[in-house]
Amino acid sequence: MLCQRCHKQQATIHLTEILNDEKRERHLCEDCAREEGVAIKAQINLQDILSGMLEAHESTGRDASLCCPDCGITYAEFRSQGRLGCPHDYEVFAEPLQEVLEKVHGATEHVGKLPQRAGSDSRGQRELMQLRRQLQDAVETERYEEAARIRDLIHKKETAGETR
Amino acid sequence: MKLDKIITSPSPWLEPGGPHDDIVLSTRVRLARNVAGRPFLNRLPPDEQQELEAYLKKAVLAAMKPDKYTWFELEDMPQVDRQCLVERHLISHELAAGKGERGVAVGPKQRIAIMANEEDHLRLQVYSSGLQLQEAWQEADAIDDRLEAQVIYTFSPKLGYLTACPTNVGTGLRASVMLHLPALVLTRQIEKVFNAVSRLRLAVRGLYGEGTQATGDVYQISNQASLGHTEQEILKTLGTVISQIIAYEKEARDALAAESPTALDDRLLRSWAILTHARVISSEETLALLSAVRLGIHLKRLKGVDIGTINDLFLMTRRGHIQKMRGAELGESERDVARADYIRKRLGTN
Repeated sequence: MLCQRCHKQQATIHLTEILNDEKRERHLCEDCAREEGVAIKAQINLQDILSGMLEAHESTGRDASLCCPDCGITYAEFRSQGRLGCPHDYEVFAEPLQEVLEKVHGATEHVGKLPQRAGSDSRGQRELMQLRRQLQDAVETERYEEAARIRDLIHKKETAGETR
Repeated sequence: MKLDKIITSPSPWLEPGGPHDDIVLSTRVRLARNVAGRPFLNRLPPDEQQELEAYLKKAVLAAMKPDKYTWFELEDMPQVDRQCLVERHLISHELAAGKGERGVAVGPKQRIAIMANEEDHLRLQVYSSGLQLQEAWQEADAIDDRLEAQVIYTFSPKLGYLTACPTNVGTGLRASVMLHLPALVLTRQIEKVFNAVSRLRLAVRGLYGEGTQATGDVYQISNQASLGHTEQEILKTLGTVISQIIAYEKEARDALAAESPTALDDRLLRSWAILTHARVISSEETLALLSAVRLGIHLKRLKGVDIGTINDLFLMTRRGHIQKMRGAELGESERDVARADYIRKRLGTN
């Protein structure tokens, strides 16, 4: 839609005015809106942008029902909350997230700082998460010997880390 | 250091003396990090969250000098204390309002804060007064290295540091600069700045209040993209834009003084008169008047007023601080009276 004032630029500001009980809709471009003294909301909230983006992202039913086997979050849940459940989600939702990353960052690959040692081995990290769940189970069902064994294993894996 | 002492001492990030301190209040560099092998916060069971907080507290204090850092637990902290920490930018709204075990390590001079169990497992932030992007980054980078000696971060070679929200993934870096832009607001040029800035993947928000004219004319500009650029590139883009905005604000200030000196003086002196004599004053009005007085001092049109006191009042007149200093919970109208009293006391017109 073109701006109703200058008839040149795209109208991006849509106003509904009520004057003497009469409703009037106006569609203006940013420049004309400013000239008419319409304040444009300048508060930019990243979370809003992301939610808006996720809403706008035409996710197919297939994407929405994607579910992480580790933390149990679905893509639909992520879309409504704007937060992921665990690091593995970046792999499970890799395809639909690609577009989100592209829009937010204009890029999809990291080129910055590298950690000295990091849990970049995603299999190892998933294993740790599973071990923690097993530990919780063991404690809840009062299998303390097994719990101690799992705890030591977690400790070993956690302190060993991975050296780059 | 005790919380009461932190809350009643001047906040270093508002101290004048940093580069471009007539326009830039402070610089902040924040890094988001998560511990490998654990779910993010929103999928972390309560007992694991508790365990993680204890683990992070130990790791953070081991990484830093424990005698210089104080750990505060948020879960049982009174609401007014949490509010004060938010007002001091030592913790985020999210950490203040969060659930379960979570904490913050506050470093020397309140310039460094390391939050545990915020949106990400670790959020580390460094403040510098004035425009000091490189200095703040180098310090944050060094702290990050020290933390990493204690904690293994979750990291993907392709996506970098993995974060709970994909808006922070990659470097996990958010650099922000807090600017006082009264002349760009008065001359109605602030919108232009915002439009230019948002095209560069930078985000703008008012520090206080909402909407176009941020109360107190204090704006925060930060990088939006954290992935696909090196830390240095991110800082450089932000730094270049900030330098440009500083130049625009300076021009606008000079233009105001040259073109309408009487109207300008009238505004500055009226603001000063109200601040020094009001008996009841809201937080919004205070910020607007402080903004004008701050401008007047930097234009050398208001003499004999200490800039440090004015900067400090931006913080000490906030809702939480007013109540903390009174040592009581106050309703809005009581706060407005207490605030006016406090301002007159600080400005010597009691």
